[in-house]
Amino acid sequence: MGLLDKEFADGNIVIARVDDLMNWARLSSIWQLGFGLACCAIEMMATSASHYDFDRFGVIPRNTPRQADAIIISGTVTLKMATRIKRLYEQMPDPKYIISMGSCANCGGPYWEHGYHVLKGIDRVIPVDVYVPGCPPRPEALLEGLLKLQEKIRNESLRKKIS
Amino acid sequence: MKNPEEIFELLKNEFKDIILGLEKETPTEPIVAIDPMQINKVGLFLRDNDILKFDSLMVLSGVDDANGTKVKDDDGAEMISGGTLSVYYHLHSTNLKHKITLKTSTPRENPQVESVYNIWRTSDWHEREAYDMFGIIFVNHPDLRRILMPYDWEAGYPLRKDYKNPEFYKGMKVPY
Repeated sequence: MGLLDKEFADGNIVIARVDDLMNWARLSSIWQLGFGLACCAIEMMATSASHYDFDRFGVIPRNTPRQADAIIISGTVTLKMATRIKRLYEQMPDPKYIISMGSCANCGGPYWEHGYHVLKGIDRVIPVDVYVPGCPPRPEALLEGLLKLQEKIRNESLRKKIS
Repeated sequence: MKNPEEIFELLKNEFKDIILGLEKETPTEPIVAIDPMQINKVGLFLRDNDILKFDSLMVLSGVDDANGTKVKDDDGAEMISGGTLSVYYHLHSTNLKHKITLKTSTPRENPQVESVYNIWRTSDWHEREAYDMFGIIFVNHPDLRRILMPYDWEAGYPLRKDYKNPEFYKGMKVPY
């Protein structure tokens, strides 16, 4: 973590690196775009419901892309829908993250050969951060995917990358 | 309540040549074959006749019979030339509890079928779907647009047996 490993130097002051503080804030409140596509969306809703409780990780659905940090592509992406998803993604403010949930969103799933209408993987349209395998993935798998995303955010830095 | 043979006799007496025949060699119930450009007259009779009362069109579906001659095109892909596309109508009378299946076949090169939109409003989206998937033109349908595929889909009609999927759609690669 790095946030609380420094001692309290003064009564009200916590010393932490800006990176750690920003990352901790970001990864603790990943607001997802309220957006579902197919049967994976049912598992996603189950993950949000009381038993698995997505909210304990700070994940709450927002109904506009302009207030969302992450989008979970939960289901089969048709070519018709892919153009809409691209538009939604472009409307989200940076930093933005994408979880590709389930085989359909990962690679086309069962529609890989004869799905004339299916996009064979959402990563052909928008950049994916975490792939969650499964058909559909159980809520535990989606939670694992979220933890992986949090891990990724934790290791980010505000510093300019030196190429 | 009437069985398909009785309904066929009724239709034959009423419409003569428009009714093309009764297909009995089907694994399901017998099917009444009808002229594609007169299907609306037959439909109206079936709905309004007091001893038939077919008030419900359960489903309207397109079928690619693929009974034409298979020819290789320039790329070596198999294309079908000639033959027919068909439309099947499954009717049910909620009042008299009987059913009938109609079919109509239309040439693949110019597939036109008279719309039954004015008789059963259910057929609105069903006919649009048959148009979308098979390219069957429903004459006098008020709004014959694609319903499932994108409006600007130019690669043809996906459920035809000789359909070829495009390489790209709007810059997105389509094949796996």
